[in-house]
Amino acid sequence: MKFSDFVAPDAIRSHVEAGTKEGVIREMAQALVDAGRIAAADLDGICKAIMKREDLGSTGIGRGVAVPHTKHPSVNRLVGTVAVSPRGIDFESLDGEPVQLFFLLVSPPDRPGDHLRALENISRQLRDESFCRLLKAAKQPVEIQQLLEEADSHGVVS
Amino acid sequence: MTGDTHSSPFDAGAPVQTVSREVVVANSQGLHARPADLLAREARKWQSRIELVADAQRVDGKSILELLTLAAEAGTRLVVEATGPDAGEALEAIGSLFERNFNEHTNGPES
Repeated sequence: MKFSDFVAPDAIRSHVEAGTKEGVIREMAQALVDAGRIAAADLDGICKAIMKREDLGSTGIGRGVAVPHTKHPSVNRLVGTVAVSPRGIDFESLDGEPVQLFFLLVSPPDRPGDHLRALENISRQLRDESFCRLLKAAKQPVEIQQLLEEADSHGVVS
Repeated sequence: MTGDTHSSPFDAGAPVQTVSREVVVANSQGLHARPADLLAREARKWQSRIELVADAQRVDGKSILELLTLAAEAGTRLVVEATGPDAGEALEAIGSLFERNFNEHTNGPES
């Protein structure tokens, strides 16, 4: 799976304003609403579900990256977005480090395979430290989008 | 000749033991973020090197990022390999995580 298969370009954010875990999740979900990928009426439910998942264990997977996610019946295909917080946010990460780079995923309940393949793509690409660093340093959403496109076309396609 | 070929634990060249076993990803959601986290946490408790081997891939069991690159769906067979002084115990602990489905209900609402 490629980034372009699930990342909504219009919902990418290079400077999230929120300073808290819940705040950044809400900001990203709102970006998906603004991009027309999820319905405004589902915003609260999706944010709650993502926070509930975080309560089971942080999705801050290390290296300053977090993958907040949930399944939600309102989507019929995997949708996601990317955001960067240049200053970093305390996300109760597994390695205790603040998180600068976020991938938020909302997937249909009956498609666990797609969710796994999105996680696989994200984690595989992020093993490239310079890719990770460049994403965190992006000044504009379009830069993030270009980096993702590059990874899609040059990375090992699975 | 004492016949004692064991090196002391302080000897960097101490003989290393590699043990392995097959496990199956049984939870319906596959090896997603939460089980990968649990697995990496367990693996890091041991001195031994822990690796998971899928068909064409070998990854570090102590790294959640590496584990997620397996994209192991429900039903996937993996081989867990442990190498080091506590390999046997480590393997048992990791195997038990798989046997317990990472404490997930098969149809858990959250991933």
